[in-house]
Amino acid sequence: MDSHAAVVTHEAEATVPLRHHFENLEQQKDASTVGMWVFLVTEIMFFGGLFLAYFVYRQAYPAAFASASNKTDLWLGAANTTVLICSSLTMALGVHFAAIGKRKLLVLFLLLTLFLGSVFLGVKTYEYHDKWVHHEVPGEHFECEGCKDAGHASLFFSLYFGMTGLHAMHMIIGAGILLILIWQAYRGKFTPEWHTPVEMFGLYWHFVDIVWIFLFPLLYLIDRSGRGLS
Amino acid sequence: MSHSHGGGHPHPHSHTHEHTHDDLDDEHSHSHGKHHIVPKRIYFLVFFTLIVLTWVTALVSTVDLGRWNIFVALAIAMIKASLVILFFMHIWYSTKLTKMILGAGFFWLVLLLFITMSDIWTRNWMGVPGR
Repeated sequence: MDSHAAVVTHEAEATVPLRHHFENLEQQKDASTVGMWVFLVTEIMFFGGLFLAYFVYRQAYPAAFASASNKTDLWLGAANTTVLICSSLTMALGVHFAAIGKRKLLVLFLLLTLFLGSVFLGVKTYEYHDKWVHHEVPGEHFECEGCKDAGHASLFFSLYFGMTGLHAMHMIIGAGILLILIWQAYRGKFTPEWHTPVEMFGLYWHFVDIVWIFLFPLLYLIDRSGRGLS
Repeated sequence: MSHSHGGGHPHPHSHTHEHTHDDLDDEHSHSHGKHHIVPKRIYFLVFFTLIVLTWVTALVSTVDLGRWNIFVALAIAMIKASLVILFFMHIWYSTKLTKMILGAGFFWLVLLLFITMSDIWTRNWMGVPGR
């Protein structure tokens, strides 16, 4: 097994896309990985600014944030978080199957990832629609029935739509890239020696999952015990 | 596997060689193709933990813990994020350079959040002269 893999690697090094400025495939992949992480760090800072805005206003208007947060659907949010974590698992397994050269399983798991991502976006659309019909979208017709400090509850919903909207946009872009990867995987473009695009996309997809892991408790779970904050 | 560049660049050459050597030692593997392959068992274990923690955080939020609710929620979120980063994103198995870049990113994020919030939190602790 080991010697066989070594032979394949050796042969593949001559045929797979090794750019001339790299010594070998491993060095090339390490460079891609570092580049991808630098991009993800810029994304961390990008979302970080929004999280900062959230913390500043939450600490300024705790009662408004608590009552506005209770307008979100806790169990739908938890279910959607579960869906997104499932999509991270299918993505991780997709990268795994790319690395061991199982083309059909790679295509299958990328398709599953796309499907679960679409389910997440579908649920999000339902939630947005629900907010829309209840006039909970900030603007001229904003209403927050039974909210304390409705003026600042509008601020919560601005952050809610801004942050989940930006997150959803990342998922839509991700779904677009997934479509391309599924096509390339189906055509047999990826091998155990070179499947860097699948692996780098996996990092992006997991990053988007992590953003949601923080958005869920911060947006859905404020004061759910109904204690009432002053 | 490493070859000479025809004179003149001993440093990049020896660095590359060392790096490869370290990685092989870490992984106990002699095949580049197997370098980042994580056992599927680990993915399922991480997945199971993430799902459990999601429902734990949702349920705990309905219990009144006073000011501790947000800290519990954030602690669980950080544990979940760490699991995703370490295992799904392979940071556990990454090179030191990749780990350092991620560490630098978090360092700046903590600066951004901590310095700003320490101002916001403490602003009204003492009276402001003239107000």
